[in-house]
This record gives sequence, C-alpha cells and structure tokens, in this order.
Amino acid sequence: MSESTSSSTKPHVMQRILEDNSLLLFLAVVIPTVFYMLWGIMEVLSIPLAK
Amino acid sequence: MATTTMSDFRVDPVSGFKIHRTANTLVKANAFAAVVFLLVGGLFGLGVALTRMPGVQLLKPEMFYMFLTAHGIIALMVWIIFFEIAVLYFLGAHVLNSRLATPRWAWLQFWLMIIGAAMTAVAILQGGSSVMMTSYPPLTAAPHFYLGLILFAVGALIGCFVFLGTLVIAKEEKTYGEGSLPLVVFGGVTACIIAIFTIASGALILIPTFLWSLGLISHIDPMMYRIVWWAFGHSSQQINVVTHISIWYLIAALVFGAKPMSEKVSRGAFLLYILFLQFGSVHHLLSDPGLSSAWKIFNTSYMIYLAVLASLIHGLTVPGSIEVAQRKKGMDTGMFTWIRKAPWGNPVFSGMFLSLIGFGFIGGITGVVMSVEQINMIIHNTMYLPGHFHGTVVAGTTMAFMAVTYWLIPVVFQRKIALAGVAKLQPYIFSLGSFVFSIALMGAGTMGVQRRSADMFFAGQPLAYEYPEIAKGMMSIGEIFGVVMAVGAVMFIVVVLASIFAGERIPEGSAPWPKVEDADVVAEKSGKKHIGIGGFEAPGTFVFAMILFVTIVLYYFINFKYLSTIWTLS
Amino acid sequence: MGTSYTPPTNPDWWREPIERTELLWIVLAFAWCVFMFGWMIGWHWIGNQNMNNEAYKTTPEAYSKKVADMQAQYAVRKDEATGEDVVAPPPGSDVYLAGMQWQWRPILELQKGKSYRIHLSSLDVVHGFSLQPENINFQAYPGYEQVFTATPNKSGTFAIACGEYCGGGDAFGHHTMLGRIYVKE
Repeated sequence: MSESTSSSTKPHVMQRILEDNSLLLFLAVVIPTVFYMLWGIMEVLSIPLAK
Repeated sequence: MATTTMSDFRVDPVSGFKIHRTANTLVKANAFAAVVFLLVGGLFGLGVALTRMPGVQLLKPEMFYMFLTAHGIIALMVWIIFFEIAVLYFLGAHVLNSRLATPRWAWLQFWLMIIGAAMTAVAILQGGSSVMMTSYPPLTAAPHFYLGLILFAVGALIGCFVFLGTLVIAKEEKTYGEGSLPLVVFGGVTACIIAIFTIASGALILIPTFLWSLGLISHIDPMMYRIVWWAFGHSSQQINVVTHISIWYLIAALVFGAKPMSEKVSRGAFLLYILFLQFGSVHHLLSDPGLSSAWKIFNTSYMIYLAVLASLIHGLTVPGSIEVAQRKKGMDTGMFTWIRKAPWGNPVFSGMFLSLIGFGFIGGITGVVMSVEQINMIIHNTMYLPGHFHGTVVAGTTMAFMAVTYWLIPVVFQRKIALAGVAKLQPYIFSLGSFVFSIALMGAGTMGVQRRSADMFFAGQPLAYEYPEIAKGMMSIGEIFGVVMAVGAVMFIVVVLASIFAGERIPEGSAPWPKVEDADVVAEKSGKKHIGIGGFEAPGTFVFAMILFVTIVLYYFINFKYLSTIWTLS
Repeated sequence: MGTSYTPPTNPDWWREPIERTELLWIVLAFAWCVFMFGWMIGWHWIGNQNMNNEAYKTTPEAYSKKVADMQAQYAVRKDEATGEDVVAPPPGSDVYLAGMQWQWRPILELQKGKSYRIHLSSLDVVHGFSLQPENINFQAYPGYEQVFTATPNKSGTFAIACGEYCGGGDAFGHHTMLGRIYVKE
C-alpha cells in the first residue's frame, strides 16, 4: 500500500514544512499582511484628489 | 524545569488522555466563562430578534441599537473566543498528555479577557457606545469600549502563545510519542496561527482608535480603519472555521474510532488555510470605492479559491472518515447504511453532523457566492449578511462547540450529562432554528431589506418605501425561528449548568461510557479487507459532496442571472 | 492506533497515496475553483454590471458644493411628498448624491435607457447607498467620492435606503434614512 521507506529516508519536504510551526506562523502573518493589508492601504493612499 | 508527579495527572479511561490538573482547571474556567457569555449574548440576540420581527418590534430604536451592539460583541467575540481558548488548551495539553506551559500566564489570559469583556459590556450598557461590533469611525464610542476590546485581545493573544509554548514542552517531554502532531492538534495550530494575525491586526487598529476617542489623535481615516479592522473582524471568523473543523475530526474519531482518510490531504487543506484564508477580509470591502478590482478579485477568491478548495476538501474528508470507519465496522451495505445507522440520539454526533450540514450548505455556499466581486453589489449590507453568518457561526461553529461540550463535560468536569433527554433533543431544535432563521433572512436580504435597522417599515417617513410583502413574511418567519434558535441555546445552557453543578459525579478512573473501538482494529479482527463500492471507500459521502457541488453551481449561476437584470453599472 | 487525536500511524504520511474518493473530489472541486476565478474576472468583459474603481479624495464641504451646484442648475420641480427640489440632470452628465445623517439627497429624476455618471459621498459618517428595489448596494465614505456609470433599465420610483449603521435615536436615525430617484420613460 505505501512505498517501503528505509529509516534513513527523510520525510518529504512538504511534511517538513507542515511540521515547522514557526515557518507556518511566519507565512500566515506575512502573506496576508502583504497581499491584503499593505496592497490595500497603498491603493487607498493613491486615490487622487477630486478636481 | 518544572517537575510533575503522577498525582498532577489523571487518566481519562475512554480517550486515554493523561489530563494535567492545572491545565484542566484552565480549560474549565475558559469553557465556563464561554457558556455564561453565550447566555448573555444570546439574550441580547433575543431582544434583537423580537424587535426585527414585524408585528412585535419589541425595542425602540435607541435600545435596539444598544442591544445589537451588545449581541454582536458578546456572542461573536466573547463567547466564541473564550471557548476557542478552552479548546486550544484542551488540544495542546489534554490531547498531548502534557502539562500546560506557564499556567500563570494562562490565568493572566483568563482575567484579561474577563475584565476586557466586562469593560466593553459596561460601556455598551451605559448607552454611549452603540456603534455596532464594527465600531466604524467617525462613529465614536466611549474610550473604555475600545480599551475593553484591547484588553480582551491581549488576553487572547497570550492564550495563543501559551498554547504554542505547550506544544514545545510536549515535544521536549515526549508526551505524545514520536512523529507529527495529531491532526486535530495541527488544526489547533492552524487556528492559533490565524488568531495571531487576527489579534495583531485588531490591536493595530483599535489602539489608535482608542487614542482618538480620548482626543489624543485627531483623525482616523474611515477607509484605512475598515481595511485593517476587517483583517481582525473576518479573520476571527476563520479561526472559528478552523476550530470547528478540528472539532469535527475529533468527534469523528471519538464517536466512531475513525481516522483521517489521508493525513496528507487534511493537513494540506489546513496549509491552504494558513496561506490564504485571511484574504477573506476583503469580503467586506468589495462595495467600497477606490480599491481596484485586481486587489478585490485576488483577495476575495482566497487566491484562485484555494482556501475554498480546502473547505470543500474537509467537507468530504470529515464525513468520509466516518463512512470509512462505519464500513470497516461492518455497516458496508449499500450507499447510506453507514449514516442511517449512525448514533443520531447521541448529541455529540448529531450536533457535529448538523453543524457540518449547516456550515456547508447554508453558510459555506452563500459565503462563496456573495463574495464574488460583482454579486456582492446585490447583497452588501442587506439582511443577507446576518442570514449568511448565522449559517456559518451559529449553525456551524456554535453547534459544533455545543456538540463537543457534551463530550467534554464528563471528561473535563467529571460529571455525567444531566437532563439527557433535553440534551438529545437540543441539537435538533437549535439547528432547526438557526437553519430556517438563516435562510429566511437571506431571502429577505435578496429582496432588499437592510441590515442593522430598527424599523424596516420606515414608519412615518415622507419619502416612504415599502419592501415587498414576501420580504416582510420572510422576516417574520426568520425571526420566529430566531426565537426557536434561542430556545435551543437555552436548552444547551441549562443542560451544561445542570451537569456541571448537579450531574452525577464520575469517579476518577471510571468511564462515563464504553470505550470506542478503533475502526482499523475492528476490521483487522473481522478480516475485512475491502470496503466501499467500486474502489471508492466513501461512496455515500461522495454522493453528498456531489449534491453540495450541484447546489453551489446552480446557486452561483442563479445569482449571476439575477445580477444581469438590474440597472447596468460600470 | 492512529486516529485524528494521535500521531499519524504512518510516520511518512506525506508519501501515502490518496484514495480514489478524495482524489476525484479534489480534481472536481479544484476545476470549479478555477472556473469561478475565471468567471469573476471574465464578467468584467461579458457582464453589464460591474463596479467601477474610479474614486477621489474630497471633503464634505467641497462635495456639498458640487451637489448644490447641480441642484441649482437642474432642479425642475418640487417633490409632492416633501416639497424639496427634484433634480433632473441631463443624460451623460455628472450626478452628485450625498448621504448624511439621515437622508440621501437630492431627489433625482433620470431617464430610462440613458447613462449617468453617478457620484456618491457622505457628509458625516459612513453610510450605505442601497437602491431599492434594484438592491444595488455601495459603501459611501466621508472624504471619499465614488463614481460609477449607471443606466436605469426600468422606469418607476426608486428608493435609496442606507445599509450601514449610521447612528440615530428613537425618532430619527439609520432606520429612517431614505432618498428617492424617479425614472421616466
């Protein structure tokens, strides 16, 4: 059913990412801060003055 | 550094968890506070329902706006976050057989949250802070309104770090064996991580707003406020989603001996949440001026709908794991025997499954559709909103929290459930109330009824406007079932209080119910090799998922059809 | 051994193959997700109802002046209900609507099938612009002016309600806030 893995095989890189809580916390904070908050704020700041 | 002795722990004989006594006290404290605030928040909600019920209109507008502000904050923030802290401590300590990190900080968390919630509640009840949960400037509340929320948020943040610290300790002290964290605890990690972003955003906006209310800052830009506030406001709903999904997995395992269909798939879905779920904050700004469609579309889709994919995945793998377990235990005939023979009389299960259906069909579908950039224009700030979010937070999250409480009371409080007959009925009453309430209010919203309004009849206004008769009918039906929902909530609270204070005590070491056998173990003993139909291990669940799929597709296009009939806009 | 509340039975769980039910569902669900993303983008070209992103920073004073100027220039009659001006700006022109505690003004008269550049802003707190019974809803801010092109495709009397809580007491408030647009054939 699952491929036999020797004890010297490292866990898959995705498994290692999913086990790294600090990395996950970093991503969860940085990604929305950049793409949602900072991008959005920049857009509001660039709204031009009414003529 | 801290040494623990055997008497610091007791073992729960059914789940096998080694329960640390101090951790347990903290779970109890937070859970109890949660239920008290549910009662208070629910009573305010009842006042709102009776006012928005045509023909009753209980409260005059000023009082209504105060009740609505109180209901929003106490039900949506205080009840839910207190319960989530209890769940985090349970997942980090009890499920991992560990002690809780830094109990002193945990108590600080508890008292900050109590004081903060009380402070804001007082501000609201004093009458000068009817600004709704969202408190948008230039509307101003009393300074202690904001300060209370800040203290509450700081407390919750401390709780998050106590949880993360507990995971570190559990790993170091090897309390849960080798390998990755259990799936439900990983779900807790996801919820906690999202909570940290959420609360940090809340602090980022509420602290300046607090200073502004004191006159120390001259101006808060209302658009900036909403962008940052909703990073807090919507993301807190995502904490709810992740937590209730973890609870679904937990209940499936506890009641059925089920295991995840695929650790990779379920954890991968949680990863999609971690990466993209917070983009959903934009949903509240889709009808705002000046923000580009590019920003709106990118964020509202949670990055090509990948976070929605995650929800759809959990929506299959949770009931799928139950189906697999049932089939392994011999209920392998036909498509749906496994669900017909599920323990519908057990409120832990019935509440969980009803929560899954309510969240998926009512909350989830409507959420995805209404957050389409263009469709948002025909639902923004109508009654569709409260209809939708009672489908997610009440029919979904709150029902799931209630369901797991029926399991937690014997384990954490060591008391049997009192008034078992009431408990058995409660999930059905509560779900019936919340399902119909949500659907009816969404109906009223599609017909234009505005939200947060004390009087839908525009009584006595010279430029009078009357909503269609059906809309009024929908509000009547909806609010009547809102009362049913309140009855369901009261039933829950009565059972909880009766059990905690007067339930039959369970002596330490004895089990309140028989141990549930692992489905895999049962299958091995009986020699059952293959389950399911045609190589599909969970065909019944697949059928349910396809029903959900077809419903989403139909509902999506129906809404676009409706959108195409209004005035053209560009 | 091996439930959702114990560590995974297989320590190398990422490499485990995915069972058929899940795999098929993931493929279908992902396809739908991509479709929805494309449709939402595509509607900007194939659909007739989209939001405009045109907006400006303004002030309540500056905006009020624009409203007053338009009103002075294009008022055609007095409204039967309130005695206030009904303003009929020409098709294709800039139309200024102001939300304030607690009304939307001025009362407008537009023509069916003609397009107008509609401007929205608030003079005090955040309001909602909700055209009924069309149920078109936008957010209106003090200090920000939003512009979109609208073409009424039906005639009749339309109300403007407010969906964003904007304060008030028992007699007047968010719940009594209304405006009106007449659309002639």
